[in-house]
Amino acid sequence: MDLRNAPEASLDDIFEKQILDADGLRRALTRIAHEILERNGGAHDLILVGMRSRGAPLAHRLSSLISQFEGTAVPVGELDITMFRDDLELRITRPAIQPTVIPRDLTGTTVVLVDDVLYTGRTVRAAMDALLSFGRARQIQLAVIVDRGHRELPIRADYVGKNLPTARHELVEVRLREVDGTDEVVLLSHPRSGTNQA
Amino acid sequence: MRRKDVLDLDDFTADELREVLETTAAMKEVLARPIRRVPPLRGKTIVNCFYEASTRTRVSFELAAKNLSADVVNITASGSSVEKGETLVDTTRTLQALGADMVIMRHGASGAPYLVARELEASVINAGDGWHAHPTQALLDLFTVQSRLGSIEGRRVAIIGDILHSRVARSATWGFTTLGAQVVLCAPPTLLPIGFADAVNTGLRAKGIVTACPVTVTHDVDEALRDADVVMALRVQRERMDSGLLPSLREYSREWGITRERIAKARFGALVMHPGPMNEGVEISPEVAYGPQSVIEAQVTNGVAVRMAVMYLLAGGRAGPAV
Repeated sequence: MDLRNAPEASLDDIFEKQILDADGLRRALTRIAHEILERNGGAHDLILVGMRSRGAPLAHRLSSLISQFEGTAVPVGELDITMFRDDLELRITRPAIQPTVIPRDLTGTTVVLVDDVLYTGRTVRAAMDALLSFGRARQIQLAVIVDRGHRELPIRADYVGKNLPTARHELVEVRLREVDGTDEVVLLSHPRSGTNQA
Repeated sequence: MRRKDVLDLDDFTADELREVLETTAAMKEVLARPIRRVPPLRGKTIVNCFYEASTRTRVSFELAAKNLSADVVNITASGSSVEKGETLVDTTRTLQALGADMVIMRHGASGAPYLVARELEASVINAGDGWHAHPTQALLDLFTVQSRLGSIEGRRVAIIGDILHSRVARSATWGFTTLGAQVVLCAPPTLLPIGFADAVNTGLRAKGIVTACPVTVTHDVDEALRDADVVMALRVQRERMDSGLLPSLREYSREWGITRERIAKARFGALVMHPGPMNEGVEISPEVAYGPQSVIEAQVTNGVAVRMAVMYLLAGGRAGPAV
């Protein structure tokens, strides 16, 4: 049972455990920004693409950090992967599509995809397919704040804020100032939901 | 949006219309990409079933379907079993048996797509039935106006031309009024519909839409143009002259034709629209049709994006539970 659809869960029943506070999130982003620069030998031909919806503000933050450390402005794109999802047929109505803005042709660039949580890997697979419409990138790398395990496809992250082993019935939320009004990473679980595995 | 078919805009809520317009904006962005293809309709078969001639609409639907990765089959009446006397219902049953997922239908008889929609499990999109409805044309008109003017609510839309025989006018009237605009229908008295305005006003109240005087009808073109934010010209056909509804096309063009002098009577910067194909010099002068206020080309471009949006929203899986 996915906690998002838990019919009887109320705020009282859901356990919330903070994994990272605002400082923890800031340090993780700082480290990831340095790792991106180290791994790629600078910011040359680099573009950050945030996956909707929380990946986008994270990509913008990484771009500012890189700009502070290296003095180079790294362009940021925002990608909506809804139409590339592999589970569209399982839904009764179509999910709404948010805007995609990719500021340049991706041919020859190093694209760093940015998302909040890496779980089954299906979202990243959809993102890579979507990116193909924008040119042939030289490389695609992946940066996530939390890797919670349970991969269903052969996909791995290059930059990870925190590795967090989780159970399938739990939910990891990355909350951001820009969207949720606060910066933190939390683990949500329902005491009785462990009996119904997804 | 949870519906099986798109047959007319009379049963659309304002929220559903807004959902289509938002999705159209996303599809327009897809059309600007180096590779204009996305996969939501991959593996689906879409049949274009056109019993009436059309280039613009049919090609627009075909491009839209292919951009969504669907497979497209085109059926036109000539050269098909219809010539052998196959009935509409039989053709429909054949399409069902062949596994069509969606049927786009244009037919000369008003109501034909409704019959097909009842008989088919597949989704049906009305591409124009008789004089009755042309929902995707109205949707692209709504999108064009919204893109250019930013909003539809409170706007005044003047539709001028052969309203009586126009499915475009009817669907556009439903669409614009549902989103809170006022529509004025203007034509020579012989080409005005009877009872349509009342039907729309009643229907809007039933949908809970409250606007002062949503639909008015007049044969006075100056009255129609006054304060209009949008002027939509409709084709006036030679056949109407031959059947006695008009004394001559020249008289129509002199009294109702949209010329530079006439368009100046509308609001400053009013948009000029036309569903095409145009009879230049009759309902619209070339200088207005190709002038700075004209958004006619944008209408055609937006048509592909709107049809992509409609097909995407209709093709939601109906099998499993909501995720």
